Amino acid sequence: MPLLKNGSIIIDDWITLGLDDPKPDSGDIVVPYARLLKEWESLTDHDGRLGVIFTNIDRVEALTLFLPRLALIVLPFPSFTDGRAYSLARQIRETGYGRELRAAGNVLPDQVQFMLQVGFDSFEIGDRFTAEVWLKASRQMSLAYQRGLYRTPGQHDVWSERHREAEPWLEQPHAG
Amino acid sequence: MYRYDEFDSQFVNDRVSQFRDQANRRLTGELSEDEFRPLRLMNGLYLQLHAYMLRIAVPYGSLDSAKLNTLAYIAEKWDRGYGHFTTRQNLQFNWIKLEDTADILAKLAEVEMHAIQTSGNCIRNVTTDQWAGAAADEIADPRPIGELVRQWSSLHPEFSYLPRKFKIAVTGSPNDRAAVRVHDIGLRLHLNDRGERGWEVLVGGGLGRTPVIAVTVRDFLPEHELIAYLEAIMRVYNLYGRRDNKYKARIKILVHEIGAEKFRAEVETEYARRPHADTKVEERELQRISAYFAAPQFEKLPRWSATFEEARAKNKDFANWVRTNIAAHRADGYAIVNISLKPEGGIPGDATADQMRVVADLAQRYSFDEIRVSHHQNLVLPHVKRDDLFAIWKVLQASELATSNIGLAGDIIACPGLDYCSLATARSIPIAQSISRKFADLNRQHEIGPLRINISGCINACGHHHVAHIGILGLDKKGEEFYQITLGGSSADSASIGTILGPGFAGEDVPEAIEKIVNTYLARRQPGEEFLAAYRRLGPQPFKEALYAAA
Amino acid sequence: MTTTATEKGKILTANRLRDGEVVFLTHSGEWSENIDGAVLATEPQAQAALEARGKGDERVNLVTGTYLFDAERRDGHVFASHIKERIRSLGPTVRVDLGKQAEGKGGHFAALQGV
Ligand code: SF4
Repeated sequence: MPLLKNGSIIIDDWITLGLDDPKPDSGDIVVPYARLLKEWESLTDHDGRLGVIFTNIDRVEALTLFLPRLALIVLPFPSFTDGRAYSLARQIRETGYGRELRAAGNVLPDQVQFMLQVGFDSFEIGDRFTAEVWLKASRQMSLAYQRGLYRTPGQHDVWSERHREAEPWLEQPHAG
Repeated sequence: MYRYDEFDSQFVNDRVSQFRDQANRRLTGELSEDEFRPLRLMNGLYLQLHAYMLRIAVPYGSLDSAKLNTLAYIAEKWDRGYGHFTTRQNLQFNWIKLEDTADILAKLAEVEMHAIQTSGNCIRNVTTDQWAGAAADEIADPRPIGELVRQWSSLHPEFSYLPRKFKIAVTGSPNDRAAVRVHDIGLRLHLNDRGERGWEVLVGGGLGRTPVIAVTVRDFLPEHELIAYLEAIMRVYNLYGRRDNKYKARIKILVHEIGAEKFRAEVETEYARRPHADTKVEERELQRISAYFAAPQFEKLPRWSATFEEARAKNKDFANWVRTNIAAHRADGYAIVNISLKPEGGIPGDATADQMRVVADLAQRYSFDEIRVSHHQNLVLPHVKRDDLFAIWKVLQASELATSNIGLAGDIIACPGLDYCSLATARSIPIAQSISRKFADLNRQHEIGPLRINISGCINACGHHHVAHIGILGLDKKGEEFYQITLGGSSADSASIGTILGPGFAGEDVPEAIEKIVNTYLARRQPGEEFLAAYRRLGPQPFKEALYAAA
Repeated sequence: MTTTATEKGKILTANRLRDGEVVFLTHSGEWSENIDGAVLATEPQAQAALEARGKGDERVNLVTGTYLFDAERRDGHVFASHIKERIRSLGPTVRVDLGKQAEGKGGHFAALQGV
């Protein structure tokens, strides 16, 4: 499935494995969380990057142990109205995880901006909408009221814009 | 009154263009109805019985004349010349076309208004005390916090696809007029011994199918932690709230199912886990917002107004109106004017474009350009000189806006019901109209005293029937409307949920049933005892007997 | 067969996408704003055909939210069984000056009485 990442559409070169699919000798693989638990020992030795498909009802604490080794976390959206993964994504980012965080399943163009803001950086997009629609929808709003969100170029948060000139260090007499 | 700065304006304008694009994509078929529905709902656009309905946010119920005049303009240009004020202090238009909606939103943006999050499974328009900033009993004006919460919750990326809708109410008065105990989150201001402000945080109240009174999760949350703490609650709800059954998806069910203690522990864990640098309520932002809500420059006036007293002595109708529709103001020589949108036999909460203009004009002339919407579906002029009351009353009277029934039997809350609402099981408005006619005699209403009658057209309880002294719920029995009556509810400080009395009634029998209930009260009340107090003392039995014995 | 026979069946209704107007599927496959123009399907097969037609018109974005409801035809006029559909085919009972009933496209029956 094509991916939307960093403002362009790319091919997904990760190999997605089910619970029992044979593991290839090398290559980037992404496995369900249950498999990660079961085969952690052998997976850590895998020649290639490792990713996990988390589910909506798993708790973020459960990932802590594995995080340093993970290069991809996939959070599925069982339906586009199920918003649990927005919170999970933020929780994962709050642990300091800095690599790829992907939204999969039922994702709509009009939701991509919210997803970017909570820390997702790649999206399985299917072929329902054109690339242009995805890209346009991902920058619908130029401002957000909340601070500390992930931002794309051209996007700002109201608080920082509003209080820019009032930043205390600008008033420091010894500055420079 | 809060004023948009360039960023607020840009935000709302972006939002209008976004919706214009979404609506066009829907009209050309690029978006399916299933895909479009959550998007339009988050912009307040419902599909109702006869057309689309657009619900416009009136943040914490505050309006000025420019805003109200614009609503009047929209009513005439794009609707049918009237609007309906709701129990969430919002305004609904009933005859909207999808193809006009973006233009309407653009018109609203010109006067710093929008329809963002008046619907959908997101944080809804925050509500508060309709007398905020004017009431004599207030600790502090709750609207700056209301505005802070409005901004924080607007298009919050994490909390826009919650299990279900989410309602927050704020009060700054020890006498709760914002019904904070029956909201998903209620915030209640307290001062500590050192005079610092803190918020009591109540969670999990609500009406609907399962009415519940909220539990307190924090007694005194320091003000600067407010947003961070709200985020922790929202996150726990978003992650663990039920999504398998829409009737069990509100936060009250989560709190109930895991228990208040466990729920509190989850919230505290989440709160402790997160860094709060980005959610701290910054003093300068709060001050910036608060400056817009600074009290108007009240004149130094004597408490006693000769003009007013004279008019009151001479004119009995005016005196009656003063008795019910005027509330105490914090400044000497001023009063709060409550404008009843409940004329005898009228549609509760409806106002014509002309009436909106009349009120807008009065606000501009007499009330520092401020208007409030109350969750009782009435309007308020919050800062009026007592000297001007008689003049105002005469203008209101000429526009059918001077009914002296605030808080009395005729001041009925009614949701739109089956006349407009596609979820309804029965009509509400005709019931309200017939009861209001039954109690048309104002002297009798005054004699009965404070009485809250609320009507909902289905179990969703938009008419807040559970917290009415007399609640009426419209249901459908094999295609026929019938009505269940509850007694003894209240949304005030000693909040309580009403008790179902017995079998329901056909619509035409409801006014008579209410009459019997009221007569039972009148016959058994002690001197000065109000309906609710009498009910609490007597219990349901005598009322049951009056209603069902003869049958 | 008499002309006053009552026919019972189902009608397909929806809201028009662009303005939300309540509409009913007619014999010729158009959408009528007046319930009297509706085609009444008495047989399950015909009802299924109406539903299919409605889904098709949802897909081409003419209407939204199609569904069948019970109705009868008497003397050439259509009467909905349930109060909700009667209100939809007339307008609000509390504002008889508004909606279909006021625009000459209401159902051929009186507005419900207030109570
Ligand atoms: S209570 Fe029911 S009928 Fe009334 S407005 Fe709410 S959903 Fe509609």
